[in-house]
Amino acid sequence: MKKKFYHGEGRRILKKNDQSQMDSMERKVLIELLYQLADDDFILAYRGSEWLGLAPHIEEDVAFSSINQDMMGHAAMFYQLLEDLGEGHVDILAHGRSSKDRKNAVLLELVNGPGHYLEKPKFDWAFTVVRHYFYTQFKKIRMESLKNSSYQPLADVAVKVNMEIYYHLLHWKTWFMQLIDANDEARNRMETAVQQVFDEFADVLSYGPNGREIAEAGFIDKEEIITQMWKHQLLTVFESVNLSIPIKIKTKSGKGREGFHTDDLAVALSILSEVYHIDPAANW
Amino acid sequence: MTETVFNQQLTEEDNFNLFMLRIEAGEKIEADDWMPDDYRQTLIKLISMHGISEIMGALPEKEWVPKAPTIKRKLGIMAKVQDEMGHGQLLLRVTEDLMKPLGKSREHIMQDLFSGRLKFHNVFHMEAPTWGDAGLIGWLVDGAAIISQTNMLNASYGPYARALKRICAEEVFHAQHGEAIIMALTEGTEQQKDMVQDAVNRWWEALLMFFGPADASTTGTSKQDTTIKYRIRSKTNEELRQEFFSKYIPRVLSLGLTVPDETMRFDKDQGIWIYQQPDWNKFKEIIRNKGPKSQERLQLRIHSYEESEWVRRALSK
Repeated sequence: MKKKFYHGEGRRILKKNDQSQMDSMERKVLIELLYQLADDDFILAYRGSEWLGLAPHIEEDVAFSSINQDMMGHAAMFYQLLEDLGEGHVDILAHGRSSKDRKNAVLLELVNGPGHYLEKPKFDWAFTVVRHYFYTQFKKIRMESLKNSSYQPLADVAVKVNMEIYYHLLHWKTWFMQLIDANDEARNRMETAVQQVFDEFADVLSYGPNGREIAEAGFIDKEEIITQMWKHQLLTVFESVNLSIPIKIKTKSGKGREGFHTDDLAVALSILSEVYHIDPAANW
Repeated sequence: MTETVFNQQLTEEDNFNLFMLRIEAGEKIEADDWMPDDYRQTLIKLISMHGISEIMGALPEKEWVPKAPTIKRKLGIMAKVQDEMGHGQLLLRVTEDLMKPLGKSREHIMQDLFSGRLKFHNVFHMEAPTWGDAGLIGWLVDGAAIISQTNMLNASYGPYARALKRICAEEVFHAQHGEAIIMALTEGTEQQKDMVQDAVNRWWEALLMFFGPADASTTGTSKQDTTIKYRIRSKTNEELRQEFFSKYIPRVLSLGLTVPDETMRFDKDQGIWIYQQPDWNKFKEIIRNKGPKSQERLQLRIHSYEESEWVRRALSK
């Protein structure tokens, strides 16, 4: 059987069960990777939760909410790994960090559409479907790779996360296929959304400034490998619906892995931490 | 099949008498069984209102879903509101089957909601301005819902009774979720305690109204006699309200909270709670979509429905 994933150019990398087995650089880049994983799921689960009660039909509302809960749960597991590495309590990591300290990809923080989640939300279902589908496809590949991570606690979490993503991927792929082939109106909206998502997706694929070190330590496969696999998966789907892949995958609005975010994130953080900030020391 | 043919040879009156015998013997009526029009209409009104109230009920809590103060609370309230949407879905499905012979569908239910013809429950017209309200809704509103829905667990209409069984089981979790939030707040800082007391004060009148007026003399109409006759429910509105007091007044007091009604007391001789009646004229206004948040929430529902029109159109190609 062809081996799908490998780490560190075939070098044998020792499994690490805790930080005492790492040098300071390895520890630093592991933490960086964990922030990317946690912040990605946390902010997209938040965006998903804004849809609650507003999805195109009631059945979707129920299904989407399950996915959001799973994703928020995944974020919690990644934040827990950070807490175990001495980064602070899970809830401080989730609610107490400012925009410039966040490492999520910018695509995932962008609003669902104009308007507020309680007032005249002009949320874009096409953008939501495409963003979630492309991200989930990426996340699936990322988790498959992380299952072999040299950091054993991360590999253990990836196994759990991976089980749930199967259903998420099925869900979003179904939506994507249905809408893109439905009628001209839906096709147009979906094609616009595909372009929008590709304009930001390079940031999702990026491991940030220490990407090389992250892969060399064997925490995850190299960025290029994950990117190729993701492109390959999408290409097959695109061909089946006669959609051409936009040539360039870009970072239009910012570089989240380096802490460069949009105002959308700052606004989201102030909403999601509103109650927390009434009294961060209190027990809620 | 034989039964259907047989029934068709009977007069309406015979059918009605047979129907009453069946429900009085505790038999369940199913969607395809013969039923009096009055029974069908009563069920459609009751269950569509219940279903749509679950869906509109997601909106006041939805405000707090993204804002919940910890990841654990975020997960809890997301799951809770999702359940409410799920209940709405379950109940609308039950209603759709009842409406089918009349040539109506879910689209009609939604349009009736938008036009104001279909009412939603009084509590979901109210404001929920703090995290204390988010806790209180789970604790006392869902607590009240458990009492009124348990009253219909043996409903003569089988599909409704079965849906309620599942709904009640989940509502118990909701009440525990709400209680956990409230307990954390009442054991917390002064600010947190005030948050809960304010919420109790704000919601008290709406909670009294929850079970509806004691009889038709208060508001002009009451369906409770019809629903009792048809074995859909067993207890009256007032009996349910009294049950709510007996269950929750001691709990409210034990948390160091007060109820905003100085006349409230348990009269041992009569075995009932004496309390200040809510303003039933206000109740009538609220359920006519003239409550503090009625229009805003209805507009949000209408607006989101319109925004996703293209999606439903695409799916129905």
